[in-house]
Amino acid sequence: MQPITLHSFDGGIHPQENKHQSTQSPIAQLPVPAQVIVPVGQHIGAPADVVVAVGDSVLKGQIIAKPKGFVSAAVHAPTSGKVTAIEQRELPHSSGLEGTCVVIDTDGKDQWLEEIANGDQAIADYLEADNDILNNRIRDCGITGMGGASFPTSVKMAVKGKKIDTLIINAAECEPYITADDMLMRERGLDAIRGIQIMMKLTQADNCLIGIEDNKPEAIKAMEDALHKMHGEHHITVVTIPTKYPSGGEKQLIKILTGKEVPSGGIPAAIGIVCQNIGTCEAVYRAVAEGKPLISRITTITGDSIEQPQNVDVLIGTPVKHLLEFAGFKQEKSLFQKLLGGKSKAESKSRIIMGGPMMGFTLSSDELPIIKSSNCILAPSQKELPANDIASACIRCGLCTEACPADLLPQQLYWFSKAGELDKAEQHNIADCIECGACSYVCPSEIPLVQYYRHAKGAIKEERASQQKSDRSKIRFEARQDRLDREAAEKEAKRKARAATAEKAQAAKKAAALAQQKEAAEEAAKNGDAPVAEAIKPEPVDLEKLQKQLDAAQAGLKKSMDKVAEIKAAAENSDAPIENLEVFEKAVANRRDKVKLLAVQITEAKKLAPPVVKVASREDIEKKLRAQQDRIDKTQQRFQLAQEQGLDTLPALQKGLDKQMQKLKELEAELAQFDKAGV
Amino acid sequence: MSSILIAILLLATLAVIFGAILGFAAVRFKVEGNPIVDQIDNLLPQTQCGQCSYPGCKPYAEAIAAGESINKCPPGGESTIIALADLLGVEPEPLDAEHGAEKDAVMVAIIREDECIGCTKCIQACPIDAIMGAAKQMHTVIADECTGCDLCVEPCPVDCIDMIPIETTLQTWHWDKPEDLIATSEQSHEKNLEQGVH
Repeated sequence: MQPITLHSFDGGIHPQENKHQSTQSPIAQLPVPAQVIVPVGQHIGAPADVVVAVGDSVLKGQIIAKPKGFVSAAVHAPTSGKVTAIEQRELPHSSGLEGTCVVIDTDGKDQWLEEIANGDQAIADYLEADNDILNNRIRDCGITGMGGASFPTSVKMAVKGKKIDTLIINAAECEPYITADDMLMRERGLDAIRGIQIMMKLTQADNCLIGIEDNKPEAIKAMEDALHKMHGEHHITVVTIPTKYPSGGEKQLIKILTGKEVPSGGIPAAIGIVCQNIGTCEAVYRAVAEGKPLISRITTITGDSIEQPQNVDVLIGTPVKHLLEFAGFKQEKSLFQKLLGGKSKAESKSRIIMGGPMMGFTLSSDELPIIKSSNCILAPSQKELPANDIASACIRCGLCTEACPADLLPQQLYWFSKAGELDKAEQHNIADCIECGACSYVCPSEIPLVQYYRHAKGAIKEERASQQKSDRSKIRFEARQDRLDREAAEKEAKRKARAATAEKAQAAKKAAALAQQKEAAEEAAKNGDAPVAEAIKPEPVDLEKLQKQLDAAQAGLKKSMDKVAEIKAAAENSDAPIENLEVFEKAVANRRDKVKLLAVQITEAKKLAPPVVKVASREDIEKKLRAQQDRIDKTQQRFQLAQEQGLDTLPALQKGLDKQMQKLKELEAELAQFDKAGV
Repeated sequence: MSSILIAILLLATLAVIFGAILGFAAVRFKVEGNPIVDQIDNLLPQTQCGQCSYPGCKPYAEAIAAGESINKCPPGGESTIIALADLLGVEPEPLDAEHGAEKDAVMVAIIREDECIGCTKCIQACPIDAIMGAAKQMHTVIADECTGCDLCVEPCPVDCIDMIPIETTLQTWHWDKPEDLIATSEQSHEKNLEQGVH
């Protein structure tokens, strides 16, 4: 095989390694804790769906949450016991947010699920097995990237469309203090290499490079020995790379080993590379060849506050407290506290960090559980890793730019992030920041640079999401507006159509009437009875209506005149000023005018159209007569009622009754006349 | 003399040719609509809440283009006002309190489904059709589409719609901005004390 030419990436730092403390003893087996807390969302993607209930007994390796969606991972019971709670608990995450956790009280038996214990789930001839079967097993076993990001491994393995030529195994472990991968390679190197073989088969990669930093000579030797033991061609090469932080960054390692750069915003598969952590390889081997799900991992426990720094094989869900007790955790008091007898206002507990000193985060409590990505628990003393919360002003020294492994301009990004100029930060490729913290490490002003970038990246993501949402809202709003407009237009069109038909019908009626009139007139003309002109006279003025109006006007006039007279009489009797007299006099004048006008109209109408003699039939008169009789009856009833109750409406009723009687008499007379005429 | 004539003729010819090209381009690549309205509309938060007294973000964008003031959008708040001021080259003004105050959290409407009587009033009020339901059937809000505009709350005859703030999840969480601490001599001293350095 041709020798590998190593490349280098720009920037990088050489912090104190502090790895020797935890590599002195072999990997210890942590005793089963009394209780495990297993979050169902330990991976990137949708949290898994819980499939057990409170009170259920579970066995070691039993699935307790099924993956939901494509990018998701199963979660299994790390030991046997009883589910005592399924609730929201704080997660070991930098956000300190809560998430669904399955709490299991362990029974101490640590009893495997039967089909795992007797090896039914194992795929012995895994190199001959179908890829789908292998990948499904990886998925069912809930394997996620063990390096930190926790991306579901089966999804990464199922990359399609691009030929993968190199599988890169990340065993650089560049972050100070952490030695979990180192110890794993020393003790379980052969398993890891078998896992690599499975991954090479899945990705159909031509060759595989294992990148290990040269500060881990034992691990390098162990891996090479393991490779010698492999039979047949394997195309796997162990590559020793110089120690430099962050050579374990995915993009940086690819650059070192192949000289290729992952395009901005792209994934390694775009240049034919898949990158996996060495711990993931071992987990994959365990899942495929032994059928065991991911329920435990190797975690480094180290720091000056730990009595026996070491690596332990710890069950997922184990509270950090349990781990600290196992390794011996001493609460330190600062010199200040010692001097003042611990009464300082700055009484500070030792920090417990999950992950390394560069990229880890401080845990809010030691009750939080170990999860699939917890590669290190660091309990440093104050002196060892002082919490720097006071920054000085930027002196523009440019050290951060020299340290940046992603070739960015950290200083510019700092100004933009601080000022909230997110668009400019974006233009300066903040998205390519790997948040390694090298810039913060070298900053002489102790500015928490990487915190600013993390914030800015998050804010950009949030802004983009809200922009997407608002775009969607806009589309929905416009669609709704269109719909409403369309509905309104349809309604309007219908209304117009109805109006048009109605108009047409009316026009037709009018035309018919006109035609009839014309016909009649023509007939009359033919007969020579009347001139044609007279026949097409406009419709006759309604005499009766006019007469009624005249009556009403006359009554009104009389009323107004009465009122005027009344006011005048009152005015004569008293000295009070006459207020409304003018108004009433005006009303009288108006009404008089109206009466006159109507009278003129009537006379004209009478002139124009000789009064149409309305020929009433006998039946009509009889009908009227009956109606009148009814009315009188009713009035009499009311009159009697009023009399009984002694109401003051009596005179009015009496008047009405008299009038009705008179009308009745008139009608009777009319009837008699009609009869006479008829006879 | 003839050279001057040639020059004039040449320039005139060029003028005619370029004029023709420009004229053609003006017709061929004519921009439909008023681009500034779209630009303004893109900056508005698209909650379609009508708090600006216009019936939606687009109408307000049109009004701004016609000279309306830019400080009438409470959901957009200060950032929108600044963005609009940048775009239009005017001075940013403080938010007009008459149209409401900027809210801290993004809200989402939620219908207490047991109490819903299925009157469809909220469906008619929703400016973006984010409420599902039918007459005499229970309604529900499509939370992902809801802009938190409040318009559905008032028409509900049984008051079964609540506005709740959207909770941060692991997917939406991001780091806070570091506190802007610049070391003073006092703070540095304190820090030194903490670390036991005198």
